[in-house]
Amino acid sequence: MSGGHSTYTPKTGIERWIDARMPLPRLVYDSFVAFPVPRNLNYAYTFGGILAIMLVVQIITGVVLVMHYASDTSLAFVSVEKIMRDVNWGWLLRYMHANGASFFFIAVYLHIFRGLYYGSYKAPRELLWILGCIIYLLMMATGFMGYVLPWGQMSGWGATVITGFFTAIPLVGTWLQQLLLGGFSVDNPTLTHFFSLHYLLPFVIAGVVVLHVWALHVVGQTNPTGIEIKSKTDTLPFTPYATVKDAFGMIVFLAVFAYFIFYIPNYLGHPDNYTQFNSLKTPAHIVPEWYFLPFYAILRAITFNIGPIDSKLGGVLAMFGAIAVLFFVPWLDTSKVRSAVYRPWYKLFFWIFGINAVFLGWLGSKPAEGWYIPAMQASTLYYFAFFLVIMPLLGLFETPKQLPNSITEAVLAKNKGAHAHPAGATAAPETKG
Amino acid sequence: MKKVLHGLAALSFLFAGSTAFAQEATHAANHEAEPTHFPIKAPREQSWSFAGPFGTYDKAQLQRGLKVYKEVCSACHSMHLVPFRMLEELGYNEAQVKAFAAEYTVQDGPNDDGEMFDRPGKPSDYFPSPFPNDQAAAAANGGAAPPDMSLLAKARGVTRGFPQFVVDIFTQYAEGGPDYIYSLLTGYDQTPPEGMEIAEGTHYNPYFINGKSLAMAPPLSDGQVTYDDGSPQTVDQYAHDIAAFLMWAAEPHMEERKQTGFSVMTFLLLFGVLVYLTKRKVWSNVEH
Repeated sequence: MSGGHSTYTPKTGIERWIDARMPLPRLVYDSFVAFPVPRNLNYAYTFGGILAIMLVVQIITGVVLVMHYASDTSLAFVSVEKIMRDVNWGWLLRYMHANGASFFFIAVYLHIFRGLYYGSYKAPRELLWILGCIIYLLMMATGFMGYVLPWGQMSGWGATVITGFFTAIPLVGTWLQQLLLGGFSVDNPTLTHFFSLHYLLPFVIAGVVVLHVWALHVVGQTNPTGIEIKSKTDTLPFTPYATVKDAFGMIVFLAVFAYFIFYIPNYLGHPDNYTQFNSLKTPAHIVPEWYFLPFYAILRAITFNIGPIDSKLGGVLAMFGAIAVLFFVPWLDTSKVRSAVYRPWYKLFFWIFGINAVFLGWLGSKPAEGWYIPAMQASTLYYFAFFLVIMPLLGLFETPKQLPNSITEAVLAKNKGAHAHPAGATAAPETKG
Repeated sequence: MKKVLHGLAALSFLFAGSTAFAQEATHAANHEAEPTHFPIKAPREQSWSFAGPFGTYDKAQLQRGLKVYKEVCSACHSMHLVPFRMLEELGYNEAQVKAFAAEYTVQDGPNDDGEMFDRPGKPSDYFPSPFPNDQAAAAANGGAAPPDMSLLAKARGVTRGFPQFVVDIFTQYAEGGPDYIYSLLTGYDQTPPEGMEIAEGTHYNPYFINGKSLAMAPPLSDGQVTYDDGSPQTVDQYAHDIAAFLMWAAEPHMEERKQTGFSVMTFLLLFGVLVYLTKRKVWSNVEH
């Protein structure tokens, strides 16, 4: 791995026998025991492992839920309630799965922001980043289709609105929408289509995750300094160092997850989804799940026609563009320096971007009226400007801070500073990263 | 570059200011006589025995709520997801539940002759619906079917707005449904502001989530339901009891959930401390 040769030595006869035929133990040893990780990784780097856990949680709870679920419009809603009321631990399974989707997205957003902050997408990690974007896209499709399955009011109306986007595409739009729906409107074929795909896509995600981890193990992890590993002193073996640190990060994350499951399980959901879908009764405000809200705001920000593009198509293009632009980030960022730690201006614009993204999410939950519309437009403008203007230009104009020569040098310099304030160093050891 | 930053800062201030102003304007636009945003008034928060991390249902209250449902609400509202057998959780024994179920008539069949027949209800039966189907329910109620009550306490929630929705995470506020139901049931006595037009056959209620008035007439009046545990027989008490009962009907496993949560949180906390100490020990020999 990482270009280095394997240090695995089989100890017993059985291990030697297996190693000569199918060296799976060697692969595991090299990837999760001996794999060298930068010694200065902080807790922002634990979200990859957390995401792996969330995927497993979703697949396991999902597989059991399917044993009790009925994908038929006349039964779906009631079957979910049967799970909640009559299936042993059914309420736990369903609340884990529903909140699990949200926490999967919380983790992926933090993971993406970590990548943006430390410049993790820069060469030679472009493919690693793009594979991540593909996983994110697949997650969105899976999340959306999963939300339709309980067949509540927001399930049906959310599906109506989101599949309606496709009609904005010229020529093939209507055909595409009807292909997705399996008819002219959201009905039984829609439910069966989405159920089938919702079961399929997580396994596709798992496949792309394997590629993502493979690519990671070829190029190695980045680190807060953004400097590549230069010598052995820059790294530590994955086990026990990263294993135990990841484990702690995961437990903290799971504790927050458990808090939501057991105490406020419906906080992240919409009350309307506890009313069965009725295609004749439109809810007052149709809103998607919270993790789509920033994109929902971008969609509705385009209230004007641009030449031959009407506002509807414009909105759909802006929304998909907001995701598509992520794929080009490795080439939009022209800076030679990777990490925001050494880029004062980038750091500023990054945090504004973060706040702006949260604000967009809040706007997404609001109706498109009054001052919300100009706010959505201003926020959308900044969203795109960050990627298309700030990223390319900043690399040319910004003067980065002095970079340390190596990870080891950065760590030693930092700890020398910390020794001057020993009280602070012991009070917050986790921030030493 | 500095100029850019100053410009940016000024712009954001301007933006924040203008949005605050615009928000005021939106509120003002929510005209008193012709409001556009509902409910007109936010639900009044009540104190519930089942709120908080150690909350439990008050069984006596649930039994009273069941009585209100049976004698008042069930005339129009179905509760088709709740079976009689579940009533044992309200503190009734098996014989009492059997007797309760037997008071209802349930259609069964077909029998060996191919005929449908009526028989007394059994604990495994669900609460029978007052109308044979949604269309009949709508026809008998001025065009809109009264909603099923099995999930009502989770299906109604008034948006809390910023920053309240952030605070709600920490206070574990999950009683929006019962607060809404209580507020609606006790909100009929208010008079509409001058100039407001109330559609014929509807009743003004500032707590209604979907408009200024609703088709349901005030369903409760003082002394309507007789309580045999000495609780006050007032609309306020009825409203509390039915709201608590509906929360139970919507979330029957809530107590089990919160108790399991306590074990899980305790385990994660202790395990977390141990792993953290292990992590400190492992990393103590390297500078990082």
